[in-house]
Amino acid sequence: MASHIENNSGEIAKPQTAHLWKVFFILLAVTVLEFIIAFTISADTEVGKWFKISIFIILTFVKCFYIVGTFMHLKEEVKSLIWTVVLPVIFVVWFLIALVLLEGEYIGTVR
Amino acid sequence: MATTHASSTPEKLLWKGGIQPMKVGYGKLMMWIFLLSDTFTFSALLISYGLVRFSFPGFKDLNPGKSFSDFTFSQDWWPIPERVFEAVPFLHGVSAPLVFVGIMTFILIFSSVTMVLAVEAGHRRDKADVEKWMLWTILGGFTFLGSQAWEWSHFIHGTGGGGANLVYNEYGPAAFADFFFFITGFHGTHVLSGVVLNVLIFYNTVNGVYEKRGHYEMIEKVGLYWHFVDLVWVFVFTFFYLV
Repeated sequence: MASHIENNSGEIAKPQTAHLWKVFFILLAVTVLEFIIAFTISADTEVGKWFKISIFIILTFVKCFYIVGTFMHLKEEVKSLIWTVVLPVIFVVWFLIALVLLEGEYIGTVR
Repeated sequence: MATTHASSTPEKLLWKGGIQPMKVGYGKLMMWIFLLSDTFTFSALLISYGLVRFSFPGFKDLNPGKSFSDFTFSQDWWPIPERVFEAVPFLHGVSAPLVFVGIMTFILIFSSVTMVLAVEAGHRRDKADVEKWMLWTILGGFTFLGSQAWEWSHFIHGTGGGGANLVYNEYGPAAFADFFFFITGFHGTHVLSGVVLNVLIFYNTVNGVYEKRGHYEMIEKVGLYWHFVDLVWVFVFTFFYLV
């Protein structure tokens, strides 16, 4: 323990971690919610199936926002860095939507 | 010793320090760019999984009028994940759909919060706190890897229908197991490299490398990577296990 003391030359500030634990519990709650949806809503009907798929995707992006924004501190970076990261990801999503909407039928017929 | 560095670069094009581009260090900026490229790789894997999955018939397409509660495994239709992943260690024969993968998700989210706590401690230059939270993060990483090893082993050995390999699996079309091995395997490789990096920076912290350097930015850089690995798991969890 003595070896630690010599490094503590300056005053060490008190930890400010309340907002980090809050995000942890939000992530946990969203995951629990996903489990509840997975086991209570039946995918037997078309409506149920697509409702489940869309709610799962939305909740995934909610979790993504908290992990990247708070844990990776992207919210605190300058605007140009935020857009450097977010813009290419938006293009990937756009690419995926275009692929499914325009080419989905064709891929389904040739496979 | 009067040495002059003759540079062929014109004076006006030289960057002589000052404010960093985007106000982050070089290493941190490059880590973001690397993670962006890794995002493309994982997107490619998950997009191809989605397209292949929906090009195979589902259970209800070939059995109209039946309910998912009558689901059985067949080579003709794509399996539903909650019936494939329903085993938990030490609970042999008990059907607990997605419980184990839920535990794995919890482990990874937890190790993500301990990592960000280590980063926070680094900002305050609190060496003892960085060490404590890095140890928790490393523990979480090893636990996750162990869980994944168990999951793979159970998936490969199967439940009496011949198990799974790259050309055949008892759960459905061969492509199902192929994607399982490639996507979770590629993610697991990332976790493994993350654990190695975590051990490395823990070692450096204990040896006072960052204390001497005057800042703990290396914890932040590795932290970015570790959170990314957690983020990828969030997406794998949704698209492979839930949807």
